[in-house]
Amino acid sequence: MINLELPQKLTQVQQMAQQLASGVFRPISRKYDAIEHCDTPEELKPVAQMMAAMSGGGKKGSGKGSDGIKNGANMMGIMGVEAMCWGDVGLMLSIPGSGLGNAAISAVGTPEQKQQYGKLYCAMAITEPGAGSDSAAISTTAVRDGDEWILNGEKIYCTGGQRCDAVVVWATLDKALGKAAIKSFIVPRDNPGMSLVRVEDKMGLRVSDTAALSLNDCRIPVDHVLGSAEIADTEEARKKAFGGVMQTFDNTRPQVAAMALGVARAALEITREIYEKEQVSADFSKLPYNSTARELELYRLEADLEAARLMTLKAAWMADNGQPNSKEASMCKAKAGRMGNEVTLKCVALCGELGYSERTLLEKLARDSKIIDIFEGTQQIQQLIVARHLLGLSSKELK
Amino acid sequence: MDSAPFDLTLTEEQRITRENMLRFARDTLSPAARAADDAASPDAALVAGIQEFGLALMPIPEALGGVGMPRSPLSNALACEDLGQGDMSHTLAALQTMGVVNVLVEGGSEEQQERLLPGLASGEAGQAAVALTEPRATFEPTELATQAVSEGSEYRLNGTKSLIPMGEACGLFVVVAATESGPAGFLVSSDLPGVSVKAEPAMGLRSAALATLELQDVAVSEADRLSGFDLPRLQALSWIGQCALAVGCCQAVLDYSIPYVKERKAFGEPIAWRQSVAFMVADIGIELEGMRLLMLRAASRAEQGLSFYREAYLAHLQCMEKAMQIGTNGIQLFGGAGFVRDYPLEMWYRNLRSIAVLHGSLVV
Repeated sequence: MINLELPQKLTQVQQMAQQLASGVFRPISRKYDAIEHCDTPEELKPVAQMMAAMSGGGKKGSGKGSDGIKNGANMMGIMGVEAMCWGDVGLMLSIPGSGLGNAAISAVGTPEQKQQYGKLYCAMAITEPGAGSDSAAISTTAVRDGDEWILNGEKIYCTGGQRCDAVVVWATLDKALGKAAIKSFIVPRDNPGMSLVRVEDKMGLRVSDTAALSLNDCRIPVDHVLGSAEIADTEEARKKAFGGVMQTFDNTRPQVAAMALGVARAALEITREIYEKEQVSADFSKLPYNSTARELELYRLEADLEAARLMTLKAAWMADNGQPNSKEASMCKAKAGRMGNEVTLKCVALCGELGYSERTLLEKLARDSKIIDIFEGTQQIQQLIVARHLLGLSSKELK
Repeated sequence: MDSAPFDLTLTEEQRITRENMLRFARDTLSPAARAADDAASPDAALVAGIQEFGLALMPIPEALGGVGMPRSPLSNALACEDLGQGDMSHTLAALQTMGVVNVLVEGGSEEQQERLLPGLASGEAGQAAVALTEPRATFEPTELATQAVSEGSEYRLNGTKSLIPMGEACGLFVVVAATESGPAGFLVSSDLPGVSVKAEPAMGLRSAALATLELQDVAVSEADRLSGFDLPRLQALSWIGQCALAVGCCQAVLDYSIPYVKERKAFGEPIAWRQSVAFMVADIGIELEGMRLLMLRAASRAEQGLSFYREAYLAHLQCMEKAMQIGTNGIQLFGGAGFVRDYPLEMWYRNLRSIAVLHGSLVV
């Protein structure tokens, strides 16, 4: 039965995350934005412990409704991420143990790998100086040498690459064989073959460490490959193998969309608070075009946020209910990514000096929001995926 | 007890209804829409075909000739979306009467319901329409130019109402007019002295035969003032209806464009293989998804008896802007072929602009 309201189970998750966001994140948001480079903030260590404890007992909450409809782990993730990013998106990404590598290990890792690395903080290294959105073009190599893999290459834009315990590194077994030869490998952070080149200085998301890593004859045990080490030799099997890697994105893209939802809601709430003090009441009392420019702009932004929010919930709901959601995952990421950027930038403009100066968090939110339309697949990559789905075209036809 | 889960699954009944309506939209409405648009007149068989689904009958008590089902704004919205895929104009024209029935069921007195609902149910009373929109650029529903002045046991109505689908065929209007106590709804029969209706063709919705209603010193009795009239609710329910129409029409734009851009070749390959074209298609799909979910949320809140004015307002704002973007991009994808009248794109473009200017037209 069609119902787009959230059940208590989900609003409770949101409330808990919101408490964390307002009690822990917001008070230190400015401080760490200014510090930029540091070890994991002390304030986040108890948060990581709390979340690890919660994820152990999380299964209980994902039970089916009376008609078999699930509002499960994916939707709960959306609620948590949205509310935490209302507090501070960079701080949320800096919570130890919440790395993208963790998502990959929990999705495709062996029981031994999960046992060894599941509770650690695992980052993910895909991007290279010469390969960004085109992840099939990576040139970091992995060569088998007896009981070990030897990895060589340069990785950049690795979120958590400085502070993590291990990195899931994408590398190719044979570049001539394309996508099918790309595998991911778990590399402990203290492996002497992997060195930290630098931590990037960024416009926003400053508290989150973005690292460049160099792999020089980096040796890891042979069982540290994620998934099968076989290179698929038929077209079908190749698609399946790379598709498996890409499928992780169907679950993670709505979570990244949720980051944009949180950032945008924060900007709109601050703007409304400022407007209240200055007697601008956007209360829907007049038709859009009879409203003031300020009111109309707020309505537009709220409508955009609401559309992105519902699309994100839908994509997560489909995942929770076992429905293929690749198109919807990209749709919500595209909509939320551009919405988050538009909303935060407009809110700065709508609040004048109060938006642009550091008096409020608006300017910071506008700096933070930009990356959400870039990482985990840029706006244009999402459009490409959506277009291929809608048009039924392959990546050879629609490049 | 936990509350109901977030869910986008149609009930079995909704699913079957949807299948039937989409088939009617595809096989019957859509092929006949162009001829009716050219003729600037509704196709009577199509109007009857839509009305045979019985949406207006649903909430009318059995004793008054209806089905006696609970009001269901959500089912009505789904119907508007499905039929809107076939043709916005006919759907709007044919479902006007449903809107009046819904207003009467929710805001009419027992006497008014007993007097009017049987005729609307049987069809003997002809079409009926809500008359809210006025011909002013700065029109605002709470600042009406149409006045109802109390004179003893009567009201005198003066003013002009516009954009009324099939206005000339209507036997009954719910006229929204300003009174000393704020906006009120009046039941105005088309044969009352001082009532005149004339055709007022517009950019689009041509087969809906839009008309203007003139009220000159029309005497309406106290008994014809709607006791439980709720203007914000009427506005919001009608926004949902219009959004649903827009969603349906935009889905038609998307479905129609996909095969064309895959077949049409330029520079030696299908234009769909170019990102500039493919990304327009992607954005149509993305914005349409947002429009649909905003509309559904407002409708499902109305269905559940929750407040829904804000949600309907936001859905309407998003739909009126994004639907027009989709309408204009639909033509753009077809190039010159979108501009000529061999294809439906230009008709959809003209029809979609109406979402921004209609008020009170499709109370779901």
